[in-house]
Amino acid sequence: METLLTMITLALIFSTPIIIASLGGLFSERSGVVNIALEGLMMFGGFAGATATVKLEPLFEGGLNWAPWIGLLIGLITGLVVSLIHAYLSINLNADQVISGTAINLLAGGATVYLAEIIFNQQRTETFKTGFSKETIPYLSEIPIIGPILFTNIYPTVYLALVLVVLGWYVIYKTPFGLRLRSTGENPHASDSMGINVYKMRYIGVMISGALAGLAGAVMVLTQDIQYTIFSIHGTGFIALAALIFGKWKPFGLLFASLFFGFSQILSLYSTDIPLISGLPLEFFKALPYVITIIALVFFSSSAVGPKAAGEPYDKGKR
Amino acid sequence: MKAKFIQTVKKMKDNLRSWLSDEKNMNLSVPLIAIMLGFAVGILIMILTGRDPLDIFRALIRATVGIDTTKFGSGKTVFNPRYVGEFIVFSMPIILTGLSVAFAFRTGLFNIGAEGQLMMGAFGAIVVGVLFDLPAIIHLPLAIFVGILFGALWGFVPGLLKAKFGVHEVVVTIMMNYIALFFTNYYYKQLPGSNNVKTVPIHETASLQSDFLSNLTNSSRLHWGFILVAIAVFFFWLIIEKTSFGFELRAAGFNKHASKYAGMKVDRNIILSMVISGAFAGLGGVLISIGTFDYGRVLPAFEGYGFDGIAVALVGNTTALGSLLAGLLFGALKAAQPLMQARGIPKDIASIIIASVVVFVAMQSGIRSFLHKLRKVEEE
Repeated sequence: METLLTMITLALIFSTPIIIASLGGLFSERSGVVNIALEGLMMFGGFAGATATVKLEPLFEGGLNWAPWIGLLIGLITGLVVSLIHAYLSINLNADQVISGTAINLLAGGATVYLAEIIFNQQRTETFKTGFSKETIPYLSEIPIIGPILFTNIYPTVYLALVLVVLGWYVIYKTPFGLRLRSTGENPHASDSMGINVYKMRYIGVMISGALAGLAGAVMVLTQDIQYTIFSIHGTGFIALAALIFGKWKPFGLLFASLFFGFSQILSLYSTDIPLISGLPLEFFKALPYVITIIALVFFSSSAVGPKAAGEPYDKGKR
Repeated sequence: MKAKFIQTVKKMKDNLRSWLSDEKNMNLSVPLIAIMLGFAVGILIMILTGRDPLDIFRALIRATVGIDTTKFGSGKTVFNPRYVGEFIVFSMPIILTGLSVAFAFRTGLFNIGAEGQLMMGAFGAIVVGVLFDLPAIIHLPLAIFVGILFGALWGFVPGLLKAKFGVHEVVVTIMMNYIALFFTNYYYKQLPGSNNVKTVPIHETASLQSDFLSNLTNSSRLHWGFILVAIAVFFFWLIIEKTSFGFELRAAGFNKHASKYAGMKVDRNIILSMVISGAFAGLGGVLISIGTFDYGRVLPAFEGYGFDGIAVALVGNTTALGSLLAGLLFGALKAAQPLMQARGIPKDIASIIIASVVVFVAMQSGIRSFLHKLRKVEEE
């Protein structure tokens, strides 16, 4: 039982960056812009977050360590700025959104390592001293079941992700802004005729996705790594994309999809202890989220899910 | 004299302007402008970070034609054919992934899965090369064939799902890449004699390597694969430009509904297009596993051949010849990486340049409208 609770906690920690990046993808795709650049944006965010933390840590020696929190903010801003390339290409220049996303993914590997070489004289950032550390919250951790899962040996970033999902759900479904954002992703021409600025909504959608993906990258590096390397993100952006699809482009859907994918990764670490699955290779669990997403896509295909106009450049002339 | 000179320059400028703004030339001029702008970004970044941008061109010259320009006049040997061989070795797989992406593109499909198809191709060839012991005349073709088949199979799945269920191929091919990575990593380790990093060497009878070519190029890794690349380029051109099947594929790429209305079997063509696309990428994998190397490698992550292929296909305007030339250009950048690193330039500047070129290719509607404006200025 205790092992299971620890596994759930670890799954939560593993899922955190997936949840945040996936939520970012939700904002972009709901506004009508496909964002396969999540991976690249996470790399930029992770690099910037790690670099800021390394540089700022000495300033906070002795006192409260705010460096990783500032690192998160820097990662967020970096992701936002880089996503402007994607926004400009796909909204203003009507570029193919998949090509534009691919360009950012290509750029991320080169640019982050190049900058690391310039700043640190090596192919990766220097190691930061602490990053985030796991915390156990007094009193709350003693609540049965919930205590060990949510309040024992856990990173504060997990709460950040959960809050963001609730906030995202509220913004998307309960505010006029969310309604407008969704409408531009479903039928931009109708939205335009109702006086909504489609270009503006899509810019905001892509910028939120960039900010959240950058944040997710910083969270990932600062909790699961000791420095940024080219392998730090290793496909998490694409898993986030899978979670978005598996979660049917809905905030709570992607939350559970991300948790499920996170859990399947943790399962691989514990698989030798569990009799039923102990014979299965590590690679099986690693491939599982991708296989499941393809199967889910086939099942979803009969009923149309996902924003209808996602991937299509908005052409005013076609109205 | 001076007036005449100014007149000539002006005439040249006018000629250039009318050439650039002519719609007919844009298939050539837009990629060329994108390449130049991509290099400009790279040079700008190097200047901003305090590196000598000329070093890139020195490295590129040395990596492609094997001539070390820094040794001119020093009395040492300036020419080393080894670099030429390695340049071709670097270019071949990305020409093939470029053809793969370009072929699918012609049918209106975006194949991001060339990476996975390439890995499956490499895997197929290794399985035949390690497990079977046959005379070379059967063994080598069989290894190549099985590799191509595995790549084609990895293209068949997204093609089938697209045709039968309408599932978007971009997402499926991304997922298939990761499945290929973990699938091949697991099964490489299951082959007899493998350790955690690589398999045992394949039987020599299944190898594309050649002592003759290697000796010719001062012991580079050059192998017979270049013949297969030439055949692949020709095959691409033949299918797409010269057969009615190729015409149907292109028609589906332009307008799926119109082709269906005209009685073409669009669903079948989508599947076939992805199968052939996967086969090109699979061949790329074959060249790596039994040509560049002679054993299967357990990889920690992707090597980026598939994404480079996207860049190659886009810059090459999704044509056979274009993919060949763009593949050689990006191959040269990759081959020059170690030389750049040796001169204190982070080798990742090559990836930055390639990515920037793709950014500018993606901006092509912007570049085109700029060129159209040039025309208007001229007419006024």
